[in-house]
Amino acid sequence: MEKELLFITVIGGDKKGIVAKISNLLYECDINIEDINQKIMETYFVMTMLVDMKESKFSLEKVREDLEKIGEELKLKVQIQHENIFKMMHRI
Amino acid sequence: MPISVEEIFETASMILYQNLDIRTTTMGINLKDCIDNDFNRFMEKVYEKICSNATRLVKHAKALEIKYGIPIVNKRISITPVSLIMETHCERKKFIEMAKTMDRAIEEAGIDFIGGFGAIVHKGLTPSDRMLIESLPDVFAETERVCSFLNVGTNTAGLNLDAVNLVGPMLRETAKKTRDAIGCAKFVVFANAPEDNPFMAGAFHGIGEPDMTLNIGISGPGVVNSVVEKNRDCNLTQLSEIIKRTVFKITRGGELIGRELAENLGIPFGIVDISLAPTTAAGDSVANIIEAFGIESIGAHGSTLAMALLMDAVKKGGAMASGNVGGLSGTFIPVSEDTGMINAVKKGLLSLDKLEALTSVCSVGLDMFAIPGDTPDSTINAIIADELAIGVINNKTTAVRVIPVPGMKAGESVDFGGLLGEAPIMEVNKGSAAAFLKRGGRMPAPVTSMRN
Repeated sequence: MEKELLFITVIGGDKKGIVAKISNLLYECDINIEDINQKIMETYFVMTMLVDMKESKFSLEKVREDLEKIGEELKLKVQIQHENIFKMMHRI
Repeated sequence: MPISVEEIFETASMILYQNLDIRTTTMGINLKDCIDNDFNRFMEKVYEKICSNATRLVKHAKALEIKYGIPIVNKRISITPVSLIMETHCERKKFIEMAKTMDRAIEEAGIDFIGGFGAIVHKGLTPSDRMLIESLPDVFAETERVCSFLNVGTNTAGLNLDAVNLVGPMLRETAKKTRDAIGCAKFVVFANAPEDNPFMAGAFHGIGEPDMTLNIGISGPGVVNSVVEKNRDCNLTQLSEIIKRTVFKITRGGELIGRELAENLGIPFGIVDISLAPTTAAGDSVANIIEAFGIESIGAHGSTLAMALLMDAVKKGGAMASGNVGGLSGTFIPVSEDTGMINAVKKGLLSLDKLEALTSVCSVGLDMFAIPGDTPDSTINAIIADELAIGVINNKTTAVRVIPVPGMKAGESVDFGGLLGEAPIMEVNKGSAAAFLKRGGRMPAPVTSMRN
């Protein structure tokens, strides 16, 4: 079965527990983490996770809501987007 | 090559901080197959075709918003120009019933506007076209979501002044019959109207279109503004280059969503309209881009060059990104929907004359501007005729959406609320063109149209 790859983007200040909370949620959903990167961009702390949702127990809508809740708790912006949008915008 | 953190951050910032969105996904629906001698049956078929497809549009658009994390702000419907399908039911009350049917069908589907209650009259008017125009003030008074257009000129037919002369009185009556003259915001008069424009109020499903089609309008003044702000010192060639690159990226995003949405709906993908469309949200202003170029306020001398440069770069970036560029693909400078435009008018730095000049280089037309309620009909018609002459002679689309607000004078302001924003009443030239317009007839097609 082909992978269903999405990027999770976390933007804000560097805080304890970001990776732990998100990884835990993904584990509960049966979503595999393929890659993690982080960097300070402009003044923002930016972390990106490439995840595979093909075996996810929950819909993308539900996962998005749960990620947004984590974002609210930690006062960070958390986005999840299918990788195609990045491929389309940044690769010819 | 894997996608880098920088690239992900760039896209995420566009959405989170610079108001990047898909401004509209507009489904074009042919209604010619609904025509029936039995008017009730005709209306049932119209309702069913619009409502069922509009419901599907909303559902599939929402699914893509979730998948790509990019807001699709408006989901809309455009239909076959109504005067064409009403030729055999040419009665005022039936036109109003048609509009109400359209209104109900999209309300049920959860959509805010439907376009196409209009007519194509650049060479002349059929009885149905006349009846449609006559019914418009009541249509706007009795419906909430129905938008209308007239195409009164093309570069190959010239400009139908007889049709233009019907618009002023119609708008005045509409202004009286609707709160704050808001009905006028739902009417656009065009020269060279595109048949696949996804943006309201002028969207319609042209006669050369297939049974159904999906058109998409991207936006992103905030994104362009952000890159211009970051490049304060570059020269005009470099400025054009950075705008092109940015617009290329956002158009590619729009194309992806348009294609996938059309595929999921099982209908052909139509066009991507690469217009920059402002909103009154902070940082989502086209006027602010012009100001970030280094002009104190839009409307100051230099604005026309700045606008020409901006639009040319937007078009070039968009054209490289999509093989399906269509619709209006200009830049929108609606006065009431852009805080930079509103401020410039209020400060006395943007006049109607300069606005007209700006529309001649690139933008689509005189859009969402209010004028004093006591402006004579002939002056409203003359404003329209001037703007459309620019389109006819220069082989481009131009349009007018003008709001004569009863009881208001230049310097006052009317707040429409929501998407339509706030319109400062603009000063209108006091000289009269009444005797000129009274001549009527049609301005012949320009010599540049003779290409065969």
